[in-house]
Amino acid sequence: MSVDLSQFYEVFFEESFEGLDAMESELLGLEPGTPDNETINTIFRAAHSIKGGSGTFGFNSVSEFTHVIETLLDQIRDGRRLLTQHQIDLFLQSVDCMRDMLNCLRNNEEPDVELAQPLKLAFEKILNGDETPGDDEAPSDVTPATSTLDTHWHISLKPGIDILKTGNEPIFMLQEIAELGDAKIAIDVSLVPMLNAVEPDNLYLSWQIDLTSQCKEEDIAEIFDWIIDESEIEITQSSNLVDNKDDAGDRLPVETENTQDSKPENLTNASTESSAVVTPPPAPKKEATQSKATESSSIRVSIDKVDSLINMVGELVITQAMLTQLTDGEFDKSKLASIQEGMAQLAHNTRDLQESVMRIRMLPISFVFSRFPRLVRDTSKKLNKKINLVLRGENTELDKTVMEKISDPMVHLVRNSMDHGIEIPEERLATGKEETGTLTLNAYHQGGNVVVEIVDDGKGLNTDKIKSKAIENGLIKESDDLSEQQINELIFEPGFSTADEVSDLSGRGVGMDVVRRNIQALNGSVELQSVKGKGSTFTIRLPLTLAILDGQLIRVADHIYIIPLINIIESLQIDPSKVNNVGGEYDVLRLRDEYVPIIRLHQAFNHQADCSKLTEGLLVVVESDNGKVGIWVDELLGQQQVVIKSLEANYRKVDGISGATILGDGTVSLIIDIIGLVKLAGLRKAVRVNALAGKQDAGAR
Amino acid sequence: MNIDELNARLVESTVNEQDYFDEFQQYLTFLMNGEEYGVDILRVQEIRGWEKCTVIPNSSDYVRGVLNLRGTVVPVIDLRVRFGLANAEYSQITVVIVVKLRQDDKDKIMGLVVDAVSDVHALKRSQINVSPELGDNQNSEFIQGLGQVENKMLILLDLNNILD
Amino acid sequence: MKKILAVDDSASMRQMVSFTLKKAGFDVTDAKDGVDALAIAQNQDFDLIISDVNMPNMDGITLIKELRGIDKFKYTPMLMLTTESGLDKKSAGKAAGATGWIVKPFNPDQLLATINKVLR
Repeated sequence: MSVDLSQFYEVFFEESFEGLDAMESELLGLEPGTPDNETINTIFRAAHSIKGGSGTFGFNSVSEFTHVIETLLDQIRDGRRLLTQHQIDLFLQSVDCMRDMLNCLRNNEEPDVELAQPLKLAFEKILNGDETPGDDEAPSDVTPATSTLDTHWHISLKPGIDILKTGNEPIFMLQEIAELGDAKIAIDVSLVPMLNAVEPDNLYLSWQIDLTSQCKEEDIAEIFDWIIDESEIEITQSSNLVDNKDDAGDRLPVETENTQDSKPENLTNASTESSAVVTPPPAPKKEATQSKATESSSIRVSIDKVDSLINMVGELVITQAMLTQLTDGEFDKSKLASIQEGMAQLAHNTRDLQESVMRIRMLPISFVFSRFPRLVRDTSKKLNKKINLVLRGENTELDKTVMEKISDPMVHLVRNSMDHGIEIPEERLATGKEETGTLTLNAYHQGGNVVVEIVDDGKGLNTDKIKSKAIENGLIKESDDLSEQQINELIFEPGFSTADEVSDLSGRGVGMDVVRRNIQALNGSVELQSVKGKGSTFTIRLPLTLAILDGQLIRVADHIYIIPLINIIESLQIDPSKVNNVGGEYDVLRLRDEYVPIIRLHQAFNHQADCSKLTEGLLVVVESDNGKVGIWVDELLGQQQVVIKSLEANYRKVDGISGATILGDGTVSLIIDIIGLVKLAGLRKAVRVNALAGKQDAGAR
Repeated sequence: MNIDELNARLVESTVNEQDYFDEFQQYLTFLMNGEEYGVDILRVQEIRGWEKCTVIPNSSDYVRGVLNLRGTVVPVIDLRVRFGLANAEYSQITVVIVVKLRQDDKDKIMGLVVDAVSDVHALKRSQINVSPELGDNQNSEFIQGLGQVENKMLILLDLNNILD
Repeated sequence: MKKILAVDDSASMRQMVSFTLKKAGFDVTDAKDGVDALAIAQNQDFDLIISDVNMPNMDGITLIKELRGIDKFKYTPMLMLTTESGLDKKSAGKAAGATGWIVKPFNPDQLLATINKVLR
């Protein structure tokens, strides 16, 4: 029978990533010494499952790597070894390493085993270092080069005739023997009866085995543990000992656990390896592939969510049955009131059902938050800063897709706060602050949005430095008189390069402009507040879900489009006296303190418009990624919640369009992608220039 | 044959597929500018009457827009415009053939506007004249071969990557 | 149809084992740990029990010990899924009452071969 194992891969990857997350968070809470039983068990179990699964599904690179980790963890678990800080660090690094390997495999790439090699060697070193010198009868799979003496064993195996029926398979045992060393196996068929007397369930075979190995008698006996009572087994040592240094390396891995079981005294020299030199594994190759791979395609849903869904469907069915009954047979005016009532009930059911379905995709933000303790720990170490991470609102739920996409911008902002915000301990003490800085991640719901705050109590943004940088890069002029807030917000401008502030951490070639663009791509926004000497707060606001959005329906000729409500600042009729044409290229509306470039939607989309004069239509002012822009349309229609459908699934990406939806009358309507539209209209630069001009004018007053 | 009958035969065709698999291939045939064309019936999902659809801004002229196919957004291509045929008009009998085809290495569902649907024909491999010399005809990349049924000639199409 | 209870905390292993056994015509019930398995076993009969060893809440060895204590499972074959490394303590499993073991990693064919022999 053939079973296609690949159908289980995705489940395996998911549970492995969960296991790695659990490992990581438990490791972060570990102190050197003898760890708490439950904690180390959880870590062990995760490694053990990954090893078992990867072996079964044929991911040998992973199972081989996990093997050394599991071995060391087992020794720690059994109290045969003290846990050192060095080991904790190594375990954490291996979590990253396994994650990378699994990510590669998930993307159908072969993981680079070389990357895991330094870590593997470091573990092997620890495992070896623990062996008592001269303890040559306890070989280890991880020390193939150790010079030890081989022993010749002769094994006579005559299994009980019934062992097959109890699930014991001699072939497995013979394989295990072969793994111990160099085995010559001879089969004895003399007891097989005539064919007519053969009972297929009985085992008539016996074996004579010559084994050359460094193992001990117990190692061999252990293989037969299960059948020893009903079988005849003799293990004898044939005298000659051979120094077998050279071919030891050819041997298959051998386990040492059982021999070590009897030597708890190893504990005494357990912590000596903490001084071992380890080459840290290279940083993950491509961050891009990593984030891509974490967008998984399945979801785990709690039972109560499913139950509530089933309840809703139950109600829906009842309502439907009621309506069917009412409309069956002769129609009678007296039924009208009941039908209306039924329709209202149906609307109510549908809304509830929609909410419940949406809840399925909602997951607590702790899935994202959980990666920060590690990040903060590692980063503060690197920066020689003391930082206490506080997580709040971890149970705040948001859409899975939003969650997957918010993670990278958050990492960037957190790194930024640690790098540029929080001061080194001396500096903090000198300014009368606690030595340890505090970084708070806070999540909560507000209206239809989820808000995530990244708060630090550091030195705040360096407004003077930002200003001079912005002048240097031509974003503003020396003479411009901007408020502190306006200057601070310049860090989100695309041209604001922080080249000479680039550190290993926050300056990874990605600027704050990218952070803002990524968040805006999710129909969200990011704001900052900073108080000099006190700290700064970045506030990310995102829609709860990407599956539904509140839309403003607009019309251009006979085309109906949808503009996401979250982008809309206001809609107005244009006062022609406030419109200027810039260089014959585009029109700008002066709107209070600001200049707003105008996009004529019909031109950008190549439609015939009803209105020809600017005064006739309406201007919808929206927030683009780097400033305001006005979209000129024929008419504003209603607002409604729309379910987002993919246009790319059956067609392709369309410039200026983010997706489609189906309106109440069954027709398709396209959803406008503001940033894409600005690009399509060739106004990207114009929007920024005018936005800045507005800021400067405002500052001048 | 009307649309309902043809849709019924589409269902049937999937049932009979096994029996015919070795010898025959079934084609749904349709008319464009007086010629009869055929597409592999297994790719055809359904046939609907033409209805106005939502225009996609800045798309090629042969892309009529998108329509709602039971909740899925499906692009509609006027095959007549795509093939540069004359008289691409919309009338009572203009239909949209909904097909599943490969585009940019993905399966996509699209609607094809044609003048009218004609029939379902089972053709033996031997009845198909594969890739005749068609010179520099711009549509030759979509022509799989020519088939002969009774006295009619069918132009058999392979519409993968119909979007350029 | 022979009934099998398959216990493993790893969802992928659990799915693989149940899928393989179901495809081979067995009636398979699965459980995610010892506690889960024990609860299921209280109310149902099984012809064979296959259990992983390392599991949260209740491990496989304790599970087998508990099951052996229940009258209806006194003579039921119970197989342990262990790793070749021996970290799963085969002998403890035997002492608890397991009748055999299958070494991880195994492939579906090995699994079926072993089970067919036990259930013949």
